[in-house]
Formats: sequence, C-alpha cells, structure tokens
Amino acid sequence: MSIPADLKYAKTHEWAKLEADGTVTVGITHHAQDLLGDMVFVENPAVGRKLAANEECAVVESVKAASDVYSPIAGEVVATNSEVEDSPEKINQDAFAAWMYKIKPDNAADLNGLLDATAYQALVDSEAH
Amino acid sequence: MLKQTPLNQAHRNMGAKMVDFGGWDMPLHYGSQLDEHHKVRQGSGMFDVCHMLVVDVTGAGVRDFLRQTMANNVDKLTVTGKALYSCMLNPEGGVIDDLIIYFMREDWFRIVVNAGTADKDVAWLIKQRDAHAPGLEIKPRRDLAMVAVQGPEARSKVWLAIPGSQAVSESLKPFQAVAYNQYFIARTGYTGEDGFEIMLPATEAESFWQALHGLGVSPIGLGARDTLRLEAGMNLYGQDMDEATNPLEAGLAWTVDLQSPRDFIGKSALQTRPVTHQLLGMVLQDKGVLRSHQKIITAKGDGEITSGGFSPTLNLSIAMGSMPVGVSPGDMVQVQIRDKLLNAKVVKYPFVRNGKGLI
Repeated sequence: MSIPADLKYAKTHEWAKLEADGTVTVGITHHAQDLLGDMVFVENPAVGRKLAANEECAVVESVKAASDVYSPIAGEVVATNSEVEDSPEKINQDAFAAWMYKIKPDNAADLNGLLDATAYQALVDSEAH
Repeated sequence: MLKQTPLNQAHRNMGAKMVDFGGWDMPLHYGSQLDEHHKVRQGSGMFDVCHMLVVDVTGAGVRDFLRQTMANNVDKLTVTGKALYSCMLNPEGGVIDDLIIYFMREDWFRIVVNAGTADKDVAWLIKQRDAHAPGLEIKPRRDLAMVAVQGPEARSKVWLAIPGSQAVSESLKPFQAVAYNQYFIARTGYTGEDGFEIMLPATEAESFWQALHGLGVSPIGLGARDTLRLEAGMNLYGQDMDEATNPLEAGLAWTVDLQSPRDFIGKSALQTRPVTHQLLGMVLQDKGVLRSHQKIITAKGDGEITSGGFSPTLNLSIAMGSMPVGVSPGDMVQVQIRDKLLNAKVVKYPFVRNGKGLI
C-alpha cells in the first residue's frame, strides 16, 4: 500500500492528519499493522487527557503481541474512535482510514517536526533491511 | 545462519512471513494468522514441524533404559505403533523436555522431542546411555521430515495424498501410529483437532507438502499453531514449564508415574518437593489480552500467567497460569495488565476441543 502524501508520520509508526477544524487525527500506519498482524484489541486514551509529544497513550494488541502507541505531538484528546475499539480488524483492513483518536494540538506547527511521506517511506525501507 | 527445514523454499513460494524461531527460519503466517487458525478448526491445515527432532533409540534393553529416563511408564507401550506422552526429568525433578515415545519393536523406540531442546535432549540421553546402557544406539533422524495435518478434514485429505493409506490408518486410535511404505503415520497433534503427524524422508517432504496443498490443505504458520495449542490447553515447553518446573505443578501430574515401584530420574525429588502451585485456565472478563508473565492476584496469593493470548475460536482472551493451591475453577481473580487490574474467571482447560468451545 502506498503511503498517503497528505499525512504526517512519527518514527514510532503513527500517522497524523491536520483536519479543517484544527484538530489532528491519529492512527497507526499500514506498515505498523502489517508487522503486528491480526488486530484484536485497541485501548484509546481518555477524552480530556493532556498528552506530551511522544507520550505513550494507547495500546494496540494483535493476536501476536501488544504494542504501545505514542502521541505524535502535544495536545488534548478530544475524541476517540469507538468503531476501532469494537472492531480492531478495521486497522488491518485500512490503517489510514481507521483512526484511533483526535487531539487539539497545543501548537499545530509541531506537525512540521514529523516525517513527510517520502521520509517515512525511507524509514520503512531502512527497517526492512 | 538460521537452520532451514526441507520445506523452506515451499514456504517462501506460498508467501510465508518467515521469522527466526529458536535458530530456525520458520513461517509465522502466510497472510493471516486468524484465517489459518479457523481453517484448522473448520477444515484442514498443514504444519511444517521438521524443526522437531525424531530420535531412534535401538538395541537390547531400550525399554529398561526408558524406564529409568522417562517419568511416564513405557510399560504402557506394548502394541507396535502405540505412543506415550512423557516428561524427561533431571535429578531435581525439573523438566528437561516433554516428548512423545512410540513403541516400534522391543529393540527400537522412537522419540520425538521439541526443536529448542533437541540438542540438549540428545546430549542428556547419550550421557545416560553411556552411564547405564552403553550397548544402545541413540540416533537423531534429521533425514526425516515431519508434517502435521490437523482439522476435521485432515485425515481424509491425507488418505487422498497417500494412496492406500486409508486402509492401514483408518482404525488407528488417538496416540497410535502405523508405518506404511515410506511414511510413519501417527494420529497425534497439537491443536485439539483430529489429524495426523507424518514422518517421511526429508527428500520427499516438498512433494508431499505440494500434494496436500493441491488437495486444499492450507499451510499454517507458527502463529496459529500457538493459538490452536493454547485453546487446546496443551503445555508449551519453555513457557508453561522448564527445568525449574515441578511437573506436578504444571498440569503434568497425569504423565508422571509415581504409582509403580519403578525408579526413574527425578522421582525421589518429586516425592519430597512441596506442591504449592497448580496450572489452571482462565478467561478474561474485561476487555484486553492476557499474555505470559502477567501477574495473577488471587485470594490465596499471587500467581503468574504462563501462556496467554487471544482465542480466535471463542473470540475472547484466555490463558493458562500458575496459581496457588486452593484456587479453584469458578473463582474470580485479577490480572495486572500494564497499569490496570482486570477481572478473570478461573476455568478448567482445554478451552476448545474438536472445534467446539468448552467454556
């Protein structure tokens, strides 16, 4: 699967999307779900929780293993996706559509510190070797 | 350099994701561990188990030798092809390995040992042989391949793949085997389903694998092998037991023969070691996934999960755990998962047998 050019990426394999209303939607990448395999459990952060950049805030568990999910940037959790909590396999089906949570960023400019699609592709390629 | 089974190229051709499994380059899955799990429960699947080792022990007095080295009683084996599950213990009563012993002839017993313990097992057997039965030959059989075919349709697929095998293997009871042409066909397995484990010349492994595949038998990786065996409530060496484990505390008392007057390595230690724990099943009541090494908090004291995971058949999380004596099926316990205490119910295992949930 190609890596969407309109998203930003953390080195820890989260994607982040700046929405029109100023919030940032977060999920894990296709590459991350592919490494983890069949997803069976998602635990999102509580709405209202304040997150620092790179803070552990969620967990995804596949049949194989549990994996921490980090916050790409600082902000406050304003929404969580109950659909992926109820049906974690949606992340396997389309990781870039199956978002996990939304944050109101402390500073939207922090997104500029994340990887773009090209840089993230390079990271994925380097991890494959 | 990772060790490869004779089926290595076949796995790659079938799209396997390969992983380092105890020094062996093995398939984790061929796309979806969950799909593979369900295929075995509902139809048939085949497993490359060539990394496990067949060891033939031959010569006059094999039975006596195994009476001393095995915790279960090989005197239960009197019919050719009959199999026995046993632990091999160290003098302290810890488990060197769990294995299957087949009775071939009075001067020939066949042992199948775990992959990760194979070298250690052979060295131990040779050491005991040198000390007590120098006339015996202990022969590792890396020239043999092993393929497990499991699931409700497994036996009928094997009968199609090996012409003429139905007549000789149809009446085999569980834990019985028969030699047929170049095949050694055993009605054993590690999934809680019916099926066969088949030994054959390594040079024939790939064509046999392809023949099964052509009949619609799905290749199954190590991922699904683990969820299937956990649902079946079967112990995994290195996880549910090891050399520090008292088998009487690990759900293996039924395999340890303390009744007969026969002496065996580890027996006297087991007779004096206090039994403080037991292996029980558990089902998570809250949302999450049980994993090995998580702490169990019970009214009788703490315990630890030895094998835990998600059960694809039951669609909930299950585990086997070491818990203090006094905890019983039906009791509620708590499991520490990260920063939370989640509720779990103690149950008897197996969790799934022949495709049906037992919880």
